[in-house]
Amino acid sequence: MGRLSVRLCGIELDNPVIAASGTFGYGYEFAEFYDINCLGTFSFKGTTREARFGNPTPRVAECATGMLNAIGLQNPGVEKVVAEELPRLKRCFRKPVMANVSGFSIGDYVYTCSVLDKEEQVGWLEVNISCPNVEGGGMVFGTDPKAASEVVAAVKKAVTKPVIVKLSPNVTDIVSIASACEAAGADGISLINTIPGMRIDLKTKRPVLANRMGGYSGPGVFPIAVRMVYQVASTVNIPVVGMGGVSCAEDVIEMMLAGATAVQVGTANLVDPFACRNIINELPAVMDKYGIDRLEDIIGGAING
Amino acid sequence: MKDSIFRVIENRALTPNIFKMRLCGDVSEVGQPGQFINIKLDGCYLRRPLSVYDADPISVTVIYKVVGRGTEIMSRLKNGTMLSVMTGLGNGFDIMAAGERPLLIGGGAGVPPLYLLAKKLVERCSKVSVVLGFNTITDVFCEEEFKRLGCEVTVTTADGSYGVKGFVTDALPEGYTYFYTCGPEAMLKAVFDSTGTSGQFSFEERMGCGFGACMGCSCKTVSGYKRICKEGPVLKKEEITWEG
Repeated sequence: MGRLSVRLCGIELDNPVIAASGTFGYGYEFAEFYDINCLGTFSFKGTTREARFGNPTPRVAECATGMLNAIGLQNPGVEKVVAEELPRLKRCFRKPVMANVSGFSIGDYVYTCSVLDKEEQVGWLEVNISCPNVEGGGMVFGTDPKAASEVVAAVKKAVTKPVIVKLSPNVTDIVSIASACEAAGADGISLINTIPGMRIDLKTKRPVLANRMGGYSGPGVFPIAVRMVYQVASTVNIPVVGMGGVSCAEDVIEMMLAGATAVQVGTANLVDPFACRNIINELPAVMDKYGIDRLEDIIGGAING
Repeated sequence: MKDSIFRVIENRALTPNIFKMRLCGDVSEVGQPGQFINIKLDGCYLRRPLSVYDADPISVTVIYKVVGRGTEIMSRLKNGTMLSVMTGLGNGFDIMAAGERPLLIGGGAGVPPLYLLAKKLVERCSKVSVVLGFNTITDVFCEEEFKRLGCEVTVTTADGSYGVKGFVTDALPEGYTYFYTCGPEAMLKAVFDSTGTSGQFSFEERMGCGFGACMGCSCKTVSGYKRICKEGPVLKKEEITWEG
């Protein structure tokens, strides 16, 4: 294993950098810029049982240190993802990929996960119970420990691959949700999804987003994400994947010190398509600067024993 | 698509709120009229997408309207400022469809991408007609530039202070073989209903990334969901549904 490599639920990653779902499509837009095989892996666009257009536009809005999005899980539906997107993905990425799944009922999650579980290239299922931008789905499962554990238990029964549960920060007690997922059999936890927010256009005096509210992401959410990763990693005994505003190699190291085994990079990809590659390239020098020999050694280093 | 550093070599006002900025750098990916570039500005988290007005072997020129914080920052950029610019974005105008007598219809800040298009079309068509619509006389820009290319130019103003009084659809000429248009969505809809031939429409939408990753700018078309930044910004008349 190299200096940068980590193990996530039994699968070795060359480095802990994972491009986050919803910011990386199915990979091939970024493969036009660089060879994406340098990534630890990436989590592909959130996939649902049926095709979805998502919310009306405008569905992005800028903030001082990030952006709001209210895409609403646009995706072609799991059948098309398997038939069209994954073969295309395979041509530009040869490592195990993370399959991000959303749903509107436990049956949806189970169906979509079991279809993707059969795909050879899928290494992990990232079960998103935290999308803030759809009604009656996603986040309702991620804000109640009982509902979260029901989804996880049902999915775990139906699949063979490791299940990582993606959590919402929009809860009063993140630890109770994470613990419920762990008790229900989750193999890992990823957090944070976006934080609900709003921008209002002073000219029109109306919300900028057609959906009114959207999920806030970008460097502004980083300290909130570090805090929540720390809280969860201090409690659970399964790997935590940290994300939220990660934009540079120092952020990756900070997330890992907070307890993350791997780190997702999201919104940064949208501003700089080379963000993940640059972070990976910068990691060795930043590790040297802080006297870090191997990244795996620092996971949870900031958590008191 | 390419991300590289460009230097501002010109940035000046054409009207009280329309600015012209010329950027010097690697233009190898700047080509098809109707494509856009995406500029990173100090003080703005997201990039600013702008359609290409003109290009030459060493530079690319954009014309933009100051509408918010980003374009305000842009309007104050001094010559010599270095900017990260993504070039060669989107799917531009298809000039092969023009026929002998194409018509170009531009409204306000939607006029600029039609200039590079006109430049290409005058080389291959017997006549290129242009209708440019503005609100009032002080908003008018680029009329002379299109005339110098040899285009037949009609200007309309909504208040009648210059040219034909009314909207672009009040001044469409006869006998065109095809049309290309860019402007506010209300104008595009009116053009859609007023034109007798096929044509191409350039759309605007708020974008997250500008290169097809975030799905921020999706729209519904006859042939499925399209991203304005990737399959667009130019869509063919037959594809457009005007919903979503």
